[in-house]
Amino acid sequence: MAASDFSRLIAAAADTIAAHAGELTALDQAIGDGDHGLNMKRGFEAVRAEADAFAAKPLPEALKAVGTKLVMTVGGASGPLFGTLFMALGKELPPAPDRNGLAAALGKAIEAVAARGKSQVGQKTMLDVLQPVYEALAQGKTASEIADAADKAAEATVPMKALRGRASFLGERSIGHMDAGARSTALLVRAVAEAIEGI
Amino acid sequence: MSNVGIVIVSHSPLVAEGTADMVRQMVGDEVPLAWCGGNGHGGLGTSVEAIMGAIDKAWSEAGVAILVDLGGAETNSEMAVEMIGEPRSHRIIVCNAPIVEGAVMAATESSGGASLKEVVATAHELSPS
Repeated sequence: MAASDFSRLIAAAADTIAAHAGELTALDQAIGDGDHGLNMKRGFEAVRAEADAFAAKPLPEALKAVGTKLVMTVGGASGPLFGTLFMALGKELPPAPDRNGLAAALGKAIEAVAARGKSQVGQKTMLDVLQPVYEALAQGKTASEIADAADKAAEATVPMKALRGRASFLGERSIGHMDAGARSTALLVRAVAEAIEGI
Repeated sequence: MSNVGIVIVSHSPLVAEGTADMVRQMVGDEVPLAWCGGNGHGGLGTSVEAIMGAIDKAWSEAGVAILVDLGGAETNSEMAVEMIGEPRSHRIIVCNAPIVEGAVMAATESSGGASLKEVVATAHELSPS
């Protein structure tokens, strides 16, 4: 991937998080501690500020640098979770991945996020979006189909009962609200999918 | 100092500092001790960078036991341990124990020269599961 393309992906991710920060915070206020939008925005703006330096690195190193920056700047539990996603992707991806390589790396990265959060699919978390995205990717779906699968998966967290994270303190009362981490994951998937389609 | 170090990580700097005060008063100064709390931007939360700094401050060749409050403090502490990396990461353990009682009990055990394993086991006894 050319450095300018990686910079474009970072910009797309940071743009969508900035544009939806209010919505993410509102989702988190309903069933969490209400800082998700602000935290994610701070993290992705910090990544944007160093986008060119990151983009100059080989792809695996660039992704690891993004992950480390998110860990250090997002805060909350989201920092380590999103940070681990990018760090693990960087660790697992070959320098010039094809679709199969990307799918395999995402599968490993999902395992790393699940281990970090001591969570699994079905507990109303970002994993509930990542897993269908992985499946769509592995099945050869188009970028726009993958983005749609992510949105649908985020919507599907609404009727779920939270079993991990701050929302799990609410038990049954977490039902009826979309998980903020699932929503931000879907936003990132769409931004990256649309940017990749344009490359 | 060769006693096991104790790190206290709370979402609230007031809770973290207060817990450290209790440890100092009840256990004394023979235990390396550090605390951190808050998200680094003036709000409640925990910061991986601050946790890494606290581990450095309380570092002991005998190892470090970390006491945490809510979930994010645990996740961030585990991340901090991983980022500190080997070989030190093998001698840092995040305890499953209530933060105040755990810190006091772990520090008491440490002040008697107990190993990291013994210190952590003492803290874990407070959380039967």
